[in-house]
Amino acid sequence: MAVLAHAEAGEIAARLRAIPLPGHQDLREPENGLVMLRGRVGGDGAPFNLGEATMSRAAVRLASGEVGFGYTLGRDGEKARLIALCDALVQSQDFGATVERDVIAPLREQLMIRRKQAAEETAATKVDFYTMVRGEG
Amino acid sequence: MYVAVKGGERAIENAHRLLANARRGDQSVPEVSLDQISEQLGLAVDRVMSEGSLYDRELAALAIKQARGDLIEAIFLVRAFRATLPRFGASEPVDTGAMRVQRRVSSTFKDIPGGQILGPTFDYTHRLLDPALAEGFVPEVPAMGEASTAPTPRVTDILGRDGLIESSPQAEDGASVGDLTREPLNFPADRDLRLQNLARGDEGFLLAMGYSTQRGYGRNHPFAGEIRFGEVEVEFAAEDVGFAVPLGSIELTECQMVNQFKGSATEAPCFTRGYGLAFGQSERKTMSMALVDRALRARELGEEALAPAQDEEFVMSHSDNVQATGFVEHLKLPHYVDFQSELGLLRKLRKEFAEANTPNAMKEAAE
Repeated sequence: MAVLAHAEAGEIAARLRAIPLPGHQDLREPENGLVMLRGRVGGDGAPFNLGEATMSRAAVRLASGEVGFGYTLGRDGEKARLIALCDALVQSQDFGATVERDVIAPLREQLMIRRKQAAEETAATKVDFYTMVRGEG
Repeated sequence: MYVAVKGGERAIENAHRLLANARRGDQSVPEVSLDQISEQLGLAVDRVMSEGSLYDRELAALAIKQARGDLIEAIFLVRAFRATLPRFGASEPVDTGAMRVQRRVSSTFKDIPGGQILGPTFDYTHRLLDPALAEGFVPEVPAMGEASTAPTPRVTDILGRDGLIESSPQAEDGASVGDLTREPLNFPADRDLRLQNLARGDEGFLLAMGYSTQRGYGRNHPFAGEIRFGEVEVEFAAEDVGFAVPLGSIELTECQMVNQFKGSATEAPCFTRGYGLAFGQSERKTMSMALVDRALRARELGEEALAPAQDEEFVMSHSDNVQATGFVEHLKLPHYVDFQSELGLLRKLRKEFAEANTPNAMKEAAE
């Protein structure tokens, strides 16, 4: 589900539109709130409170009974609802494979492409040290 | 006597209307969008998120626009906004060791595993104003290199393997994490509260405090062991799901300061450390924070605490720019009654002074 948290609501919705969805209802309406983000002293020590972030959550139940939960950073409640819907769908016998193949897999691929590009741009700024021999240059 | 003063309503309303126009400026100039602020003034957004203590780029951009670019005013707006939302809980502590690094430099080791990665930095620019940026500038596409999958361990982890640096203090079992947004601050404060305070503290204040330690007011002989900036994953232990769910990622800057070593009869000497962590790309902030964090450990490390940066009550009570600006700026609100009473007292004292200093002869003549 990490892939969905990194996607935009519009991207998830567009992928879901291509699937004939079963009946479902909001178990918990999307709501906005805060999460206290924690770091660790020295990066690996005792936790401390760094500061908050906005987050959204929602829960969806399929007509067939599966319950899905959606959580994401930010204030886009619709995105939390779409994640909850996907979470419910992946648990269903009839829709799990389809959602994995038509929604999550393509979004994962997009995410990987974005990350690869960023990593390559970053890699170009890596310093290659060389030592000058005395008398040279 | 309390005198209610009314009559300012219309002036206030009109002043705010005028402010809205001043904020917009010349309307023949296109309005700035939140996306433009977020994308093109990204470091201002980072600062407002850090010191506003709320990670939300869009809200920070809105605050900057509303505050006409006054970042402390924007931070104030963000702090006020966070009070309007319920808190769902706390995240799992983020793992900065697993950061997708966009920048990572060490001033202590040239050849660190994973390498020195400059990323998008002002370092090594000539600080000359660039007229090309004035209009219609299109940057060259970034150069591409071969991305490595090798891990980029924290420099302090490498030093730690040989015991050359103190290890990070671990939490005691069942210890709760201090939160200064929930409980009033008491002194002495533990390191978790100190770091929370510094993380939301004013960059200028921390910069000056950190600088003062370098100039000799609580010297602690720092090296920038490592500064890294990049993306970390955030997970949230959701009660209804029963395990930690991914929330997405945030950008952080981390600074590991490596400081003067210390040993005792029972412990071999090793480097000590100071730590800085902040939202976004906030290098000056995290470096300053790490210097001050180390300075505030003076007592714990058995050092004489004589300098301002080593005085936790002084530092923690003055680091918050929202509190500071509130108290400084409240001076411009009406103090008419306070001032009248001071004026009355001063007149009385001056009268007494005049009477005491009138020569006796004149007094007698007057009588």
